[in-house]
Amino acid sequence: MPSQLVDQYFRADKLPQIWCPGCGHGIITRAITVAIEQLGLDPDKVCVVSGIGCSSRAPGYLDFNTLHTTHGRALAFATGIKLANPELKVIVIMGDGDATAIGGNHFIHTCRRNIDLTAIIFNNNIYGMTGGQYSPLTPKFDKGTTAPYGNIDRTFDICDLAAAAGATYVGRGTSYHANVVTSLVKKGIMNEGFSLIEAISGCPTYYGRKNKKGGPVDMMQWQKDNAVTVTAAEKMTPEQLEGKFLIGEFKNKPEPEYTKEYQNIINNLQGRDV
Amino acid sequence: MDKHEIRLSGSGGQGLLLAGIILAEAAIIDGKNAVQTQSYGPEARGGASKSEVLISEEVIDFPKVRDCDVLLSLTQKSYEQYNHGIKDTGILILDSSVVVSSDVKNKVISVPIVETATKVLGKPMVTNIVAMGAVVEITKIVSYEALEAAVLKRVPKGTEELNRKALSLGYEIAKQSLI
Amino acid sequence: MSKKIRLMQGNEACVEGAIAAGMKFYAGYPITPSTEIAELSAEKLPKIGGKFIQMEDEIAGMAAAIGASLTGLKSMTATSGPGFSLKQENIGYAAITEIPVVIVDVQRAGPSTGQPTSPSQGDMMQAKWGTHGDHPVIALCPSSVKETFDLTIRSFNLAEKYRMPVLLMMDEVIGHMREKVEIPDASDIEIIDRKRPTCSKEEYLPYKPEANLVPLMADFGAGYRYHVTGLVHDETGFPSNSTEIANDLVRRLVDKIEVNKEDIISWEEENTEDADIIIFAYGCVARAAKTAIKLLREKGIKVGLFRPITIWPFPEERLIELSKKTKMIIAPEMNLGQMVLEVERLCNKHTKIERLNKVNGEIIYPEEIIAKIEGVL
Repeated sequence: MPSQLVDQYFRADKLPQIWCPGCGHGIITRAITVAIEQLGLDPDKVCVVSGIGCSSRAPGYLDFNTLHTTHGRALAFATGIKLANPELKVIVIMGDGDATAIGGNHFIHTCRRNIDLTAIIFNNNIYGMTGGQYSPLTPKFDKGTTAPYGNIDRTFDICDLAAAAGATYVGRGTSYHANVVTSLVKKGIMNEGFSLIEAISGCPTYYGRKNKKGGPVDMMQWQKDNAVTVTAAEKMTPEQLEGKFLIGEFKNKPEPEYTKEYQNIINNLQGRDV
Repeated sequence: MDKHEIRLSGSGGQGLLLAGIILAEAAIIDGKNAVQTQSYGPEARGGASKSEVLISEEVIDFPKVRDCDVLLSLTQKSYEQYNHGIKDTGILILDSSVVVSSDVKNKVISVPIVETATKVLGKPMVTNIVAMGAVVEITKIVSYEALEAAVLKRVPKGTEELNRKALSLGYEIAKQSLI
Repeated sequence: MSKKIRLMQGNEACVEGAIAAGMKFYAGYPITPSTEIAELSAEKLPKIGGKFIQMEDEIAGMAAAIGASLTGLKSMTATSGPGFSLKQENIGYAAITEIPVVIVDVQRAGPSTGQPTSPSQGDMMQAKWGTHGDHPVIALCPSSVKETFDLTIRSFNLAEKYRMPVLLMMDEVIGHMREKVEIPDASDIEIIDRKRPTCSKEEYLPYKPEANLVPLMADFGAGYRYHVTGLVHDETGFPSNSTEIANDLVRRLVDKIEVNKEDIISWEEENTEDADIIIFAYGCVARAAKTAIKLLREKGIKVGLFRPITIWPFPEERLIELSKKTKMIIAPEMNLGQMVLEVERLCNKHTKIERLNKVNGEIIYPEEIIAKIEGVL
């Protein structure tokens, strides 16, 4: 029997999803639907847009207006949708390579524009769909199929990048801390402006196996052991924080929203000659 | 056949693109057909720029100047660059700063366009309007009424008086040069 | 001068035509020589409640225009060669997802940055084959400012009717030249809107074609919650791995143009009835051809013009017919021979075909066409 959540927000006939056993993406997708449920959004007015990759298959399983676009371009399509019809609640699901490599330009400019979209980046530190190549989020010296001797690229910090580029709501959760993801997505949707939530996910099939991180349970355990909430981190010394990563809300600083600003222009021009 | 091919040239920023548009607009007000094209370098100011206008009672097919009836050059550089394809009967209307060699076969009319705009009016931005006044006075390719209407339609609000003045000074200095 | 008669620039006529056709959304990125289209759209759209957005790059401009169309707005983007290359990815996306959108390419001399302020016809084959995979293409090519107005409207109508990206292939000469345009009354302009479903939400199949092979399109947000993907998909819109479904989809996309060709294809002929020689020309070059024809006929040489208005689909049948009764077809183009490949493919059994090519960033002059014709006679 599918749960009530699946019944209400999933296209049950499209399940099971294509993700590997132990992948964190299913948990994060569910966490997003819980946020939608708790906010009581009208499914007819919810639009979920994705790019290309493992994470980008999520919208296909969700019973909303769903758009599976081209690699890296989800935010650009979503910007067109939102500006054309601001009454839609637009949620964007991207992978780490999708959003920050091929879609990096769209990512920083969508942050800058502060258009009311809620983007969730499923960060599994690897290109999964294509078979385990290193991404801008693969930690330095870790391996990928295109980094057989270890990756010498430095990584992005997605949340720092988003905050610096102008996103007005930024936070991070993990597939282990699914409730944190739900709470961040909820607040992100409520934020009138661009919200970016990084959801750390585990890829046992490629990233985990290639880097000897153990099975799905070990990867979840790693998330549990190394995530530190923002409030807890305040009381910790740099030594105690060594090797840890932060989760929670990092930025919540509303600023004028793009489609509203554009509507002001339209309103000011009302009645003037074309 | 009543067909005129006009080439307006000068340096970028002298407003010759707008001058071409105004001339074409005036021809349309007169009930004729007109086509205006332009070419320019990458620089927004300086360099040599050209605007071409074809005016005819008939349908205009090819949109660029082939047999030039009137060449306007406001600078030496633009004169040297665009002084080609002029009909034997074509007229050269040149700013008085432009020097031509003695073997030029075409009729040359030298007019103090830039000086009039800069020194008499003290407004270099109306160089193009002074130039249009001079060109129309000399060639009569469009009517005075149409030219004035076209000028007033295309210039910024609040500059109408200045532009009217520029236009009549253009007529005036051209008359002087024709004597 | 009546209010309806105006001196108008080609790029301006494109925007006026788009607004007359019902454009409510424009997304783009600045590029010479198409910038006036973006600038005028930015100025005019908010006045009629429409939206304009300058995106971070050409790819994003294409994507945003498609996204907006999915919510029901008629949408457009404009560019030139370098941007046209970048837009190809999402032009293919609009083709497979069947989302109406108009793309204007004001062609400039290439390759690469080439000559940004100089005209060219170098993107004609890119219009057909620029995005990967087999896909339908409609590309129109205006040769005057007035025709730019008309064909922009037609581009929107065709995009809406056949649910696909439609390309308006302008060139720098047509884009930047100004000439007299008589704007028709709004009531005299035919406007076509996409067909939207009226069935129940449960019955709606977003990719089930109607008799003309075009499916009905629901606006995102209108209550029909459906899935759109660039993957091969079945009638429900969901991805499929079936070889049969893949075959059916790609063939239907291409066939929806094939079976509706008669409705789409258009061309112009001038003096072809008695012509010994036919000049095959399009865009601004057709205007040089018309002047050349007048001058040649004055000399007693019987020359006519065949001007394809829809470059894709190509007006094959009529050109073949004409080639059977003409001694020669000459194809002047501002490229090194692109559309002439079609002419040669179709007509070389019936007549002699001569090329005339120019890629220095300058329009072809009537005298060059005349010299070519006199040279081969």
